[in-house]
Amino acid sequence: MSTAVPPKGTGPLARREARLAWGLLFPTIFSVSLVVILPLLAIFWVSFKPIGLEDLRPPETVVREQLRGRPAEAGDDATLRYRIRNSSQNKPLSDVSITDTLPDGLTVVQVDERCSIDGVLLTCELGDFEGGQRENIEIDVTVSQAFLDADPDLEDTPTITTGTGENILTNSEFTLENFARIFDGREFWAVLYATMFYTIVGTIGALVVGLFAALLLNKEFRGKGIMRGLYLFPYVAPVIAVAFSWVTLFDPFSGSVNALLVQMNAIDSPINFFGQRPQALIMVTVFEIWRYFPLSFLFILARMQSIDTDMYEAADMDGASPFQKFWYLSLPMLLGILSVLFLLRFIWTFNKFDDIFLLTGGSAGTRTLTVNVYEQAFAVSNIGAGAAVAVVIFGFLLAFSIFFFKFMSREEGL
Amino acid sequence: MRVIQNGYITAAVIGWFWAYTIAIVVAVLMSFSTGDPFKPSFMFSLLLGAGTGLGTLFYRHKLTMAAGLMLLSILLGMIGFGPIIVGEEAGTFGIVVSAALFGLFTAWPLLTMLESLVPGQLDKHEFEEAVIHFLTGFGYIFFTTAVLVPFYVMVMTSLKNQQELLQNPLDFTIDFSKGTDLFRSYVELFADFNFGSYLWTSFYVSVLTVFITLAFSIPGAYAVARLRFKGRAAFGRSILLIYMVPMIVLALPIYIVFSMTGLRNTIVGIVMIYPVTTIPVALYMLQGYFRGLPSEVEEAGLMDGLSRIAVIWKITLPLALPALASVSLYVFMIAWNEFLLAFMLLDDPAKFTLTRGVASLNSSEVPRQHLMAGAVIATLPIMAIFLGLERFMTKGLTAGSVKG
Repeated sequence: MSTAVPPKGTGPLARREARLAWGLLFPTIFSVSLVVILPLLAIFWVSFKPIGLEDLRPPETVVREQLRGRPAEAGDDATLRYRIRNSSQNKPLSDVSITDTLPDGLTVVQVDERCSIDGVLLTCELGDFEGGQRENIEIDVTVSQAFLDADPDLEDTPTITTGTGENILTNSEFTLENFARIFDGREFWAVLYATMFYTIVGTIGALVVGLFAALLLNKEFRGKGIMRGLYLFPYVAPVIAVAFSWVTLFDPFSGSVNALLVQMNAIDSPINFFGQRPQALIMVTVFEIWRYFPLSFLFILARMQSIDTDMYEAADMDGASPFQKFWYLSLPMLLGILSVLFLLRFIWTFNKFDDIFLLTGGSAGTRTLTVNVYEQAFAVSNIGAGAAVAVVIFGFLLAFSIFFFKFMSREEGL
Repeated sequence: MRVIQNGYITAAVIGWFWAYTIAIVVAVLMSFSTGDPFKPSFMFSLLLGAGTGLGTLFYRHKLTMAAGLMLLSILLGMIGFGPIIVGEEAGTFGIVVSAALFGLFTAWPLLTMLESLVPGQLDKHEFEEAVIHFLTGFGYIFFTTAVLVPFYVMVMTSLKNQQELLQNPLDFTIDFSKGTDLFRSYVELFADFNFGSYLWTSFYVSVLTVFITLAFSIPGAYAVARLRFKGRAAFGRSILLIYMVPMIVLALPIYIVFSMTGLRNTIVGIVMIYPVTTIPVALYMLQGYFRGLPSEVEEAGLMDGLSRIAVIWKITLPLALPALASVSLYVFMIAWNEFLLAFMLLDDPAKFTLTRGVASLNSSEVPRQHLMAGAVIATLPIMAIFLGLERFMTKGLTAGSVKG
């Protein structure tokens, strides 16, 4: 008799389960890859392209049709004029042609030599256009009474145009100029410095302030719920509202903080908090701490409340002082959540764009890498350079994530 | 350490710190509520605070102590040596009120803080207890002011007019005699700046985002939590990885593609893109919750002949309602507050969301109070939802890991 062997491979039931799982996951995978993976690939592609904001519209043929000569009676002469131009000022168009159906009641007298007429169908071959080139095509006609009675709108029969311009997004022209430009000189180091200062100080600051806030609320008292809700305000409110409140509050001319400091003789003249170095960078970092301490506060508080109280009772028996209890008991217990929070917040602060953009717009030494993407792509209108900055950001993130997952596997996940 | 751990020194130092803190707070509070100049006096708050601190070592009756300090501060204030220096505009009333507030809020808490102290040498417990009590009191004041002041300024600025704002930036008194004219900025925003339509756009975009997100993430989360398939662990991780791609990096190609396909400047484009930014977080939150549900109930359902889909619909979802509420609220909040994509993709004022509309007010041609009124309009609904459903919201925030 043969001995029983455990089944090898996947059985039909397991296969069915896996199929169902992938079926359920498909919509998510599909949509996320469409909006995350594809754009990421696109960013790599674009970063090697010499492309500006205006190149997003490929050159095309633009045509306008007009009847000139004001014919009043049957038999009058008139001119049908087509004005054709290349929409781009600097990119060539090749094989330009137009096709139009002539309105009824016109007798063609003379046709431009580039055109041919087949019945009422007009076709013109115009060859290649330089950037910004314009051409006119005139067709002499005489009008009939039927035409005058009908008074047709020439735009009713739309003129069909052809003409292929080279789309810079899809051609095979590549360049390293974008990277050369962003790594060029001192500017890159200034951007990197601002990013690192903002990220490191902002992350640690938010953690420390959050820890302090959690210590305050880690006991039972009346109004604790209200307090906790209140401390979450900065995070829940829309960034646009709080950022503009800060700008109003710290305005050098009509801001309350400056008025207050002057009145209390703390400063002699108003400080332009968001407009000068190095205050601007410090202020955006303080804003980051103010806005995101609630998050670390919430997590640390949740962890604190799950610490076993037995330990503290034992410490009390041994005569430990409050600071000793915090240093030797609470802090080691919180180390796990603190390091996970640090890693996650570090990456998300690194990625932060809205806050700085709204507060200073990246001026006065606050241009971080993410703000630089916007600055290059839209302010300087160089999409290629913007994409190159995005690639650099992605490189940094890849390094962080590898580190993060190495670390996360040792920590219990969140 | 031994020197500082002396009852006299600790009491005096903490007394001074606390008195100076209170002096600053009262000065700011009085300035903001009357518009008159008030400023804390370093010297006299030091003397009064240290004196009160030392006094608590010997005499501990709260009421007498507080009343005594109040009277003393008022008297000193009258002859010009008060803990808070009051400008002439404020007059006697200002002096009396500020000095009385100072006396009350200095003496009363100090007595509690310094309870553990005794004259002479202290042991570690007595010393640290006093320090911790002081830090706690200071922390409450610090956090509450830091959190509230920007919101306070936001609301008050929106109720003023240009002239009042430039005249005295410290004056946050509300002139009730103006009646409904107080809300002129709001009326103008709704009448001339189209804010009613922005509010509606933001609302239905957020609600649509919530529904689409749930429709995609519930099946996905269930699959990751319950079903066994190859690559499940890897999938769980890559959800988090997607989280780490910054929006601005994605916004650029999305902008390019939307420009070329004509989806830019349309609500459809916005509704297509918002859920994708929230699906990963919703999936991550939900799968955590689904894992916590007892699988026996579902297995019982399967045994009784329900299909998987029916099990999800009839058993898992009803059990997961609280989690669904948390996730919905959290997603709603993200969509409502979203700024970057709306800013980049919408140019047509007829299609603005609320955040985009507020951003358009940030120009030199639009007065400041309009901008602040817009900020209040954007903040109020989400705050109302937050305060009303705080329990769900906090849970959503905690479970949603730390998306920022």
